[in-house]
Amino acid sequence: MSGLLLVARRELGAYLNSLWGYLVAAIMLVIDGLLFNAFALGKTARYSSDVLEDFFYFSFGTTVITAVLLTMRLLAEERQTGTIVLVDSSPLSDWQIVGGKFLSALVFLGGVTFISLYMPALIFVNGKVSVAHIASGYLGLMLVASATTAIGTFGSAVAKSQLVAAVISGVIVVLALISWLLAKVTDPPLAEMFSYMSLFERHFQPFQRGRINTEDVVFYLSITFVFLLMSTRVLSARRWR
Amino acid sequence: MIEVRGLTRYYGDHPAAVDLSFTISSNEVVGFLGLNGAGKSTTLKILAGLLLPSAGSVRIGGVDLLEAPDSIRARIGFLPEEPPLYRDMRVSDFIQYVGQLKGMPKAEVLARLPGVLKQCNIADVADRVISELSLGYRKRVGIAQAIIHKPQLVILDEPISGLDPRQIREMRDLIVGLKRDSTVLVSSHILPEISQTCDRILVLAGGRLVAEGTEEELASHMTSSNRVQVSVRGSADAVKAALGALTWVTQVDVHAQHGDVVSFNATLDGDRREELAAALIKAGLGLRRLDAASGELEEIFLNLTKEARA
Repeated sequence: MSGLLLVARRELGAYLNSLWGYLVAAIMLVIDGLLFNAFALGKTARYSSDVLEDFFYFSFGTTVITAVLLTMRLLAEERQTGTIVLVDSSPLSDWQIVGGKFLSALVFLGGVTFISLYMPALIFVNGKVSVAHIASGYLGLMLVASATTAIGTFGSAVAKSQLVAAVISGVIVVLALISWLLAKVTDPPLAEMFSYMSLFERHFQPFQRGRINTEDVVFYLSITFVFLLMSTRVLSARRWR
Repeated sequence: MIEVRGLTRYYGDHPAAVDLSFTISSNEVVGFLGLNGAGKSTTLKILAGLLLPSAGSVRIGGVDLLEAPDSIRARIGFLPEEPPLYRDMRVSDFIQYVGQLKGMPKAEVLARLPGVLKQCNIADVADRVISELSLGYRKRVGIAQAIIHKPQLVILDEPISGLDPRQIREMRDLIVGLKRDSTVLVSSHILPEISQTCDRILVLAGGRLVAEGTEEELASHMTSSNRVQVSVRGSADAVKAALGALTWVTQVDVHAQHGDVVSFNATLDGDRREELAAALIKAGLGLRRLDAASGELEEIFLNLTKEARA
């Protein structure tokens, strides 16, 4: 555990010491704010809960994109710069390395996500929404962040360059996003499988509306676990061969 | 300390290291000498626990590398040719991080840090960000990260490549100083460095170990031709006249004449240096120097690797 936290602390420091971390965070918050102002608030009178739902809808998109951009460097950059030797020649287990890197990106992404809290707070002060609705939405965002960060960690473990890592992670995320479309054009049991795999359509909308389903929580945690497990397998295969 | 038996490593069909066997004692500085592609880096990476051997065994401190890789890794410090540094970190933070990464408790790392910074002569840049440092400093930070956790074995792959003469001298002193606490393996294709820093040399060519020993042992190995270099007071003609009549002198090559001192190489039929000295003195030539011509490490190295390639 201490090895995992050691790696996580170092990686978090890398985000906080680099322009990249701040740039990605700033772009995410600006886009989130602009979308909130232009579309969620709108120009006509709306129910506060509808505005909040739209806020979480847009935040879902920015969270997913930010996760891909933040994670692409995790292992691919180490491979590019040669610092992977430090990790490979250390006595840390693959789980400690992958877990530490995943945790750093998740904590950074979580921090940036929570900075956007001022927008729901504005709705809360000027409208009528429940704290539980806001909490539910943020729990959903964090679970999405966890799943997409794990996918990004896997992409970075597979790729030799950061660009390729971003492309691999992006393709996996897009496939998971559009799987509900595949569900519409396929027959059972494939349709049910594709429907279940949908990252947004089936599993995020309940959070967006203020509902927490165990099934959705399990889904996002399962995605996280599976992609972290695959990352450790890739690292293990490349680490000592 | 290190026992290597039949170590072999293939990259696809290409053998990078073939059937290497050697032992290295504790607190010894051993140099891996070889041309590019000789298998030095591959061998060092296997010893550092970064590459799996295709065949053979490696035991470090009595522990088999394949059986307990994590335990071995914690006891090894490795510096690749390009120092692996997080350039966004400050020097002291980075070394502290690597120490902990190697499994050393934080308090112990912090206690060792000032000594390591001093030993590597980087105390003056301890608070600087690594990206601001020159190559010489970066190499020394690389060594500091390799020794912070007090490893039993320090592996340095081409530690002096790219350094200027002053930095090379500092690096040489640093490497020699490491043997107080650790066994040190150094690879290089810069021959004088191997000769000046190492107790023993392993010469690799084509992935094979073609010779091992001290510089003197390697030199004696290569003096079977009994080539000698000689300087005498006299003329080139007088030298040729004196040696031309001797049947056991098979070749004389005069290569320099400075004032009245002439220098030449001679090939003898056996080790007959005493007889050569007597003949020169008898001919009235003032003997200034008589030495084994193949004593130069560079020549030994080239001969050994040429033999291996042939």
